[in-house]
Amino acid sequence: MLTSQKSLVRLTGAGVFKDERWLVRGVDLAVSPGEIVTLIGPNGSGKSTTAKMALGILKPTEGSADRLDGLRVGYVPQKLAIDWTLPLTVARFMRLTGPLVEADSRAALRMTGVEHLGKSEMRNLSGGEMQRVLIARAIARKPDLLVLDEPVQGVDFNGEIVLYDLIKAVRDEIGCGILMISHDLHVVMAATDQVVCLNGHVCCRGTPVSVARSAAYRDLFGPRAAGALAVYEHSHDHEHLPDGRVRHQDGSVTDHCHPGDGHHHDHAHDHGHAHDHDHAHHDHHHGQDHPARRGETTDAR
Amino acid sequence: MLDDFFLRAILAGVGVALVAGPLGCFIVWRRMAYFGDTLSHAALLGVALAFLLEINITLAVFAVCTIISLLLLALQKRGGLSSDALLGLLAHSSLALGLVCLAFMTWVRMDLMGFLFGDILSVSRLDIGLIYGGGAAVLGVLAMIWQPLFAATVSADLAEAEGLKPARANLIFMVLMATVIAIAMKIVGVLLITALLIIPAATARRLATGPEQMAVLAAIAGAVAVLAGLFGSLEFDTPSGPSIVVAAMLLFGVSLTPVATGIGSLMRRMGKDA
Repeated sequence: MLTSQKSLVRLTGAGVFKDERWLVRGVDLAVSPGEIVTLIGPNGSGKSTTAKMALGILKPTEGSADRLDGLRVGYVPQKLAIDWTLPLTVARFMRLTGPLVEADSRAALRMTGVEHLGKSEMRNLSGGEMQRVLIARAIARKPDLLVLDEPVQGVDFNGEIVLYDLIKAVRDEIGCGILMISHDLHVVMAATDQVVCLNGHVCCRGTPVSVARSAAYRDLFGPRAAGALAVYEHSHDHEHLPDGRVRHQDGSVTDHCHPGDGHHHDHAHDHGHAHDHDHAHHDHHHGQDHPARRGETTDAR
Repeated sequence: MLDDFFLRAILAGVGVALVAGPLGCFIVWRRMAYFGDTLSHAALLGVALAFLLEINITLAVFAVCTIISLLLLALQKRGGLSSDALLGLLAHSSLALGLVCLAFMTWVRMDLMGFLFGDILSVSRLDIGLIYGGGAAVLGVLAMIWQPLFAATVSADLAEAEGLKPARANLIFMVLMATVIAIAMKIVGVLLITALLIIPAATARRLATGPEQMAVLAAIAGAVAVLAGLFGSLEFDTPSGPSIVVAAMLLFGVSLTPVATGIGSLMRRMGKDA
């Protein structure tokens, strides 16, 4: 474990049991300084729950969540509803969780392209403007760990690329670790070092970097997108049905997925996983997943 | 010339309003109006216990309100019933318990109306000392926890994630509420305390451009309502507590008119220039 000493945050076998069911279980995850980890997965797969465990908002029912002492966190929550009763301008919101130099506040708002909104009321912002303000507030803190829950939701495609470039620039500039939840199951930020796919447990993980460079990808999204976005192609050998049961590749349906079923990639057939190097580590089964491996990152910094 | 008792009433009322305004803002922002009601209902149980144990009424009310707050937190944590059902349960249980206790104490002859509607004209110098001492303490503590409490009001998750310990701020806020209920009870009575918390805050909202500004404006609006209500009650010979609430309501009515919109935009312009 190259990073066991330096991880900003580390989840070990972490799970949350709430309202008589497991929201997510057996998550192993670590974010190191300068590393970008992206969580993907369908709705209700436990992405936000995992992020909240990493942040300390939720306590894991089993397993553990360890953060470095004195860790400075910047958090971009998925939703923020500001009631009419609360008079709150963007400028005041920037100072919500700590004092901030006016110049830093302006600089962060300028970076996300919403400097002109300083005097606006939060409740009047559009969805895309709100996301930019939320990101600006989080990065203005110059955090050690930046956690973003679907940061580009409601932002158009070009804006998405700009914001992803910005997040990467922030990482490069202040060297913070980033834990990001992607709103898209297959498209993630290209600078991501590690993609973790959740579906109530860790289904699979890998790097998306090489795909962004491939010609097929460029044809699909255009050359501009190639710098910021990457396709994370992956297939699972079982499928979680809406009623909680599991359909396996052979068509059989069971109540649970069994450890032996494997949430690993099926190496027997060709898949478009974003690795250009050995990834024998995919042979694990869920529940005994390995921690993050920094060794497999490529040219991300 | 103003009588001494009337001057004391003004001092006491203004003191309570200055504290109730900022706290009331949080009540409004957090949609906790029913929480204020619950604590003031519980205050009557505090009064009954004060007679039973022969202790200071303000102290007993503070203790009972604090216990009810903690009980609410514990029940909420346990899950099950929704918060408004729990509040209703606690409010009316404690009110009924207080009334039953009072009925048992046949030797106590007390003016129930005085507690329900307040008796501002009978405040003593000691009461005024208690209001200003307790009030200054409440405002001081509120200023200290303002940042985490306000951040938790905007988003509890955000406050928790960025290390502000919102749970602790919430707990302290509940104790502050209990203090305010205890010292405000004598002024407007248990039935109308929530009005003194909410109406000035609601009035301030239309004029304010920021949370801190709204807190200050709510304190001012409350103080104006107390003055207008007391002079009104003197003029028209009406009960003082309800008169204060009626004055606060009229002030809120004014805040809905174009006059207030004009003042609001003026303040916004001033805010922009600053």
